[in-house]
Amino acid sequence: MTSVEGTDSGRPDQFRPPAADAESISKAFGRTKALQDVSLTVEPGECHALVGRNGAGKSTLVAILTGLLKPDTGSVRLYGEPAPSLSDRAGWQERVACVYQRSMVIPTLSVGENIFLNRTEGSLVHWQELRRQSRKLLLEWGFDLDVDQLAAELSVEQKQIVEIARALAIGARFLILDEPTASLESRAIERLFERIRRVKESGVAILYISHHLEEVYEVCDRATVLRDGKRIVTAPVTELDHEQLVTAMVGGELARAIRDQTPRTDDAEGAPRLSVRGLSVQTPLGSVEEVSLDVRAGECVGLFGLRGSGTVAIADAVAGLVKPSAGAIELDGGPLQPGRVDIALRKGVGYVPEDRHARGFVPTLGVAENLTLPILERLSRWGLVSSNKRQAAADALSVRLQIVASSSEQPVAELSGGNQQKVVVGRALAAQPSLLVVVSPTVGVDVASKEALLGVIDAARKDGAAVLLVSDDLDELRICTRVLIVRRGKIVKEFREAPWDRHELIAAAEGLEVAA
Amino acid sequence: MTDAAVEHTERSRLPTRRALLGAVRGFALAPALVVLFIVGIFTSPAFFTTANFSNTAQFSAALGMVVVAESLILLTGSFDLSLQSVYGLAPMIGAWLIVPKDGQGLGTHWNPAIGILIVLAIGGAVGLFNGFMVVKLRFNAFIFTLAMLILLAGLQQGIVSGRTIYEMPPSFIYLGSAYWGGFPVSAWATAAVFLVAALFLRYHRVGRAIYAIGGNLEAARAAGIKVDRVRIGVFAVAGMLAAAAGLMIAGQVVAVTANQGNNLIFTVFAAAVIGGISLDGGRGRMAGAFTGVVLLGLVNNVLVLRNTSTFWIDAANGAIILVALGVARVVGTDKT
Repeated sequence: MTSVEGTDSGRPDQFRPPAADAESISKAFGRTKALQDVSLTVEPGECHALVGRNGAGKSTLVAILTGLLKPDTGSVRLYGEPAPSLSDRAGWQERVACVYQRSMVIPTLSVGENIFLNRTEGSLVHWQELRRQSRKLLLEWGFDLDVDQLAAELSVEQKQIVEIARALAIGARFLILDEPTASLESRAIERLFERIRRVKESGVAILYISHHLEEVYEVCDRATVLRDGKRIVTAPVTELDHEQLVTAMVGGELARAIRDQTPRTDDAEGAPRLSVRGLSVQTPLGSVEEVSLDVRAGECVGLFGLRGSGTVAIADAVAGLVKPSAGAIELDGGPLQPGRVDIALRKGVGYVPEDRHARGFVPTLGVAENLTLPILERLSRWGLVSSNKRQAAADALSVRLQIVASSSEQPVAELSGGNQQKVVVGRALAAQPSLLVVVSPTVGVDVASKEALLGVIDAARKDGAAVLLVSDDLDELRICTRVLIVRRGKIVKEFREAPWDRHELIAAAEGLEVAA
Repeated sequence: MTDAAVEHTERSRLPTRRALLGAVRGFALAPALVVLFIVGIFTSPAFFTTANFSNTAQFSAALGMVVVAESLILLTGSFDLSLQSVYGLAPMIGAWLIVPKDGQGLGTHWNPAIGILIVLAIGGAVGLFNGFMVVKLRFNAFIFTLAMLILLAGLQQGIVSGRTIYEMPPSFIYLGSAYWGGFPVSAWATAAVFLVAALFLRYHRVGRAIYAIGGNLEAARAAGIKVDRVRIGVFAVAGMLAAAAGLMIAGQVVAVTANQGNNLIFTVFAAAVIGGISLDGGRGRMAGAFTGVVLLGLVNNVLVLRNTSTFWIDAANGAIILVALGVARVVGTDKT
């Protein structure tokens, strides 16, 4: 069988320029230096891992390597040639292809058409030719897909195959995979690795971006670690042990332990307030299987895990936003009806959702109105809301949370991010919940607001509420009395003794064991 | 036979089965049409005659043309309510410029050929304008094209002070009044437009781009499709088709009334949706839209032949549209 990649493979002795060669790239957004003097080369036939925590600069580097952003300084060469100009989209597409986490497959079209999307020669589509070509391409790369199937019917894994096939069909020999395993189950991940090896063998260069370090060891040849926009290290994975990798990602010894503000666990007493047993939830952004946990009054349990690990799914299920497929959730010994936000709310569950813009507040309404939305029933008589009572309740919350607004009538949309988040948290606290479920409460807020928010949540716990805190920010975890690590939908480890060790937390979440 | 061989034949058979399934879905309304035919035959001896079918075709032709127009826009994931006003205003202005003063014209006596060009140009221009405002300036399609609908319908009334334009020259109304082989030219024209649109959507690169845009706009853009240009172009073409449809109806009634096109858009949407064109974009075929038009035409025909009171025809139409939507839901045209 003749193969498209024939010319690239089998001539290792001949000099080949690197597939991608980024030289001392710097890029700033305003005052934020996203990348500083970062260099990276990816050789043909190599799978190169790009790792770093959120905000390390990975996405910026990918945007520069795919021609979506122009570096402030530095240059990009692809297969020895200077990169095309930003406006030359076709030029970029022929050289580099990126498979994003967000699917770029068109659900209403067939597999074959998706592969050759907008790549017909001339103005008419030759259906037979298109089918033949896409079938040939899929066969050559060993992808098992029916070209006539509608993309909407494909699994996540199959859609990914379509995107890889599309990139290869264009002729790109440099492939960027952005967290390709994020929504795959473990057997699909194995098959993906198999595909990556096959594509690699034919001389295609791969830049592999992942949070999961164990994957890096499994499929990648070299790894580059970014931290705070700087390249920390590039080395063959065989020469990097787990400890070195985690240290490179997290930073030096300085920040080894999280500041100890952690209260004693003695406050927690008696029967569990929240009891989760055998919970299984499937959501597009992470799923969990058979998870069990308890939260007592006066306890703040942290759920720490990577994005997509399922931590948010647990919180959403407890709050009633998603309906679990199996398992029981009990509050004070009584069952919580699954998938019913209203009932959870009435029984005393306060919820601070992850996406505050989508479901945290009503941007056009004022501060006071937003704060009192969940307790209107209590403030009204015969359906008429008493404005005095509402004002009193809102004022009390505003003071407690130190909300800065021109008046309690000011629309929340006009507030700063930190104050918006205070409104969201205040709303959850308004009904004096016995269980507070909080997801990443301080994402994107300034330092002062962060302190205030964490202080209020901690105070609610001291007053006897049970708190379930979902976070991927280690700093937020300092108010926890216990931390559970979630990885790939399972609770894998429990930490009971504060202060938490950053390395241990991250290593557990990444699935690595760090030698003590 | 080995397992592998079985699997192989199984896989090679799949596409045909899928194509068959696609065809069935494309004609999901076929059973409803058959039922209507049977009801029609039992209703009146006048039903199964060439004259009756010719009349029904005449009745549905203009509607069908607008359905093609709206379906094209719907497939890109947008819509244009003002097509019904284009359908009224464009032929109104064309006729106004060519008929004599005592036919309620302006008195300019322009050549009918120029009149027809003006009709199409108005349709294209309004479509282009709507497309530009919705696609480039991101106006909400509903509210913007609704405003255009009201504005254009108002102009249509205002120009002739609510009167009707008549005494149009035969060449101007040829499309709506002439017959070829016992069937109205308008019906032939609409059938041809359906066919061309179907082939274009299936085989032309821009036709496929229309499906891609409606299916996932960002992915289409990422694949290098000139998304904005295609979307605006579709608005313009739809405007022209609606104007041509207005010309047809003007020819049929040999006049342009000041409220030609009123309420048409509801029937247009009904036919398109019954025919399986998704309101979310990216899904649906011209064959389906065509059966949608035929269904509504036959329903109306049967109701008239049964001597249903005109006051009840709308209610019956509404009920039948609901039933057809239910059928479409069960058969699955609005799912995949």
